Amino acid sequence: MADVVKIATRESYGNALAECGAEFPNLVVLDADLAGATKTGVFKKAFPDRHIDCGIAECNMTGIAAGLSTCGKIPFISSFAMFAAGRNYEQVRNSIGYPHLNVKIGATHAGITVGEDGATHQCNEDIALMRTIPGMTVIVPSDDVEAKAAVRAAIEYVGPVYIRFGRAAVPVINDQPDYKFEIGKGVLLKEGTDVTIVATGICVDSALKAAEMLAADGISAEVINIHTIKPLDEEIVLNSAKKTGKVVTVEEHSVIGGLGSAVCDVLAAKNPVPVKKLGMQDIYGESGPAAALVEKYKLDGKGVYADIKDFLK
Amino acid sequence: MENLELQKMANEVRKGIVTAVHGAKAGHPGGSLSAADIFTYLYFDEMNIDPKNPKMENRDRFVLSKGHTAPGLYSALANRGYFPVEDLPTLRHLGSYLQGHPCMQETPGVDMSSGSLGQGISAAVGMALAAKLDNKDFRVYTLLGDGEIQEGQVWEAAMFAGHRALDNLVVIVDNNGLQIDGKIEDVCSPYPIDKKFEAFNFHVININGNDFDEIRAAFKEAKETKGQPTAIIAKTVKGKGVSFMEGSAGWHGKAPNDEEYAIAMADLDKIAEELGGAN
Repeated sequence: MADVVKIATRESYGNALAECGAEFPNLVVLDADLAGATKTGVFKKAFPDRHIDCGIAECNMTGIAAGLSTCGKIPFISSFAMFAAGRNYEQVRNSIGYPHLNVKIGATHAGITVGEDGATHQCNEDIALMRTIPGMTVIVPSDDVEAKAAVRAAIEYVGPVYIRFGRAAVPVINDQPDYKFEIGKGVLLKEGTDVTIVATGICVDSALKAAEMLAADGISAEVINIHTIKPLDEEIVLNSAKKTGKVVTVEEHSVIGGLGSAVCDVLAAKNPVPVKKLGMQDIYGESGPAAALVEKYKLDGKGVYADIKDFLK
Repeated sequence: MENLELQKMANEVRKGIVTAVHGAKAGHPGGSLSAADIFTYLYFDEMNIDPKNPKMENRDRFVLSKGHTAPGLYSALANRGYFPVEDLPTLRHLGSYLQGHPCMQETPGVDMSSGSLGQGISAAVGMALAAKLDNKDFRVYTLLGDGEIQEGQVWEAAMFAGHRALDNLVVIVDNNGLQIDGKIEDVCSPYPIDKKFEAFNFHVININGNDFDEIRAAFKEAKETKGQPTAIIAKTVKGKGVSFMEGSAGWHGKAPNDEEYAIAMADLDKIAEELGGAN
């Protein structure tokens, strides 16, 4: 069996920026003393004049990016999701969102896979915060291929975009020659008839694994990768829900306000079916190895499988 | 522009402020009036701008970090020809392009949406940085309230601007001494303001912000200052020009009723007459 290639999407973020740097001369990258961790160091090395370290001052970094964008730059601000979306919420809302400026927010170290740093740095609320901002696009890539494609798409799109990356290395699952990334377009990864699993980010891999286990039990699960939480691909969700009649959402995020809520919003209005939301159940994370946390909070294939079995009883 | 013309124009700007806030039945006259001379100098003398081409690429930029004094900015813009002065009373009305706080998408001449205190200065710093990155020679001006500088983000921005030696940036602090809850030194003193900016590697100039000789000299000095951003600490009188508003915290965010409006306009008419007489 070939080894599964694993890459952290924060690595993909830095690499994609560096790869796009020459093609997009207006691209500038801002950091708040975390260039080593957000992996933008690769860009900094290639384009030192277009990398701006703002020091540990995320709110100011956000405003600087806003100002730069009014002068034609395409700024990416980089920090941990906790600060990029959390500390910064009001700056993003008022200085970027309200004037609909062309600023991209590269938020790394999202969710519990931050690991040992613990709850203070494990942001499980960023998707919820960002999707409430009118005009904000919210993207959660599932692997290296998707993360790099998302960065390019964000550069080409005019307007504010929030992209969520992870710290831990995750399996590459989208390395197919026909893979295509389009903002707002969900991806049907596996067809099924008994239950729909809608997943995002690192949980897409867990959903695929859970679907395999369910298949062994004779349960046919459809798996959809929603890489763009906003605008949500309503059609793909509705079509699948109509077919299976049961929906499970899986995300490395609070079940309040994230993918699960976005899916419920659509289903409640247009095609009500029973929904089970898997994710962080209104709790904080804790210190520990990323893999152990994912297992404890039942976001790995086994945990998702068990919860779906329970839901289908 | 000669000082007398500037004084006359500033008086017109003040009339526009009072008229706008009266029309809105809400808004912030006190800090708009205190900064009216600065607004006037920036838009009628200092800045390289074109009202017919508000988005001119190499224009100087202005960010009203103390966004609640939008009536002051709007009145200066209207009098400068960006839009009709007659529209000022639509301030804050439903459907008006004159929002309660500056909105760059709605109002011609507004370079940045602002109003949440502490954020505008960061955007101004970003604009100044953009000019440096592209070797452009436009300058960036931002006006802050003396209460606003209690916001921590102001000092994040100041640290960055000083560190990057953004000498194309001018930060103006409207030091009218009053904030909503009272005197700034009683609420949470930001003094000494000049020493603080100096410590952040700014060239600092203290002036009387209601005196055009001093305003003119300060902006000239700022332009000649290389390797450092400039902070102009402008001592002003809150409510300047309207007898019953001067020096009163109560007129920070309150609109005059019809009777008060008549008195305010009479005050300003009297000033206009005096200025006319001196011509």
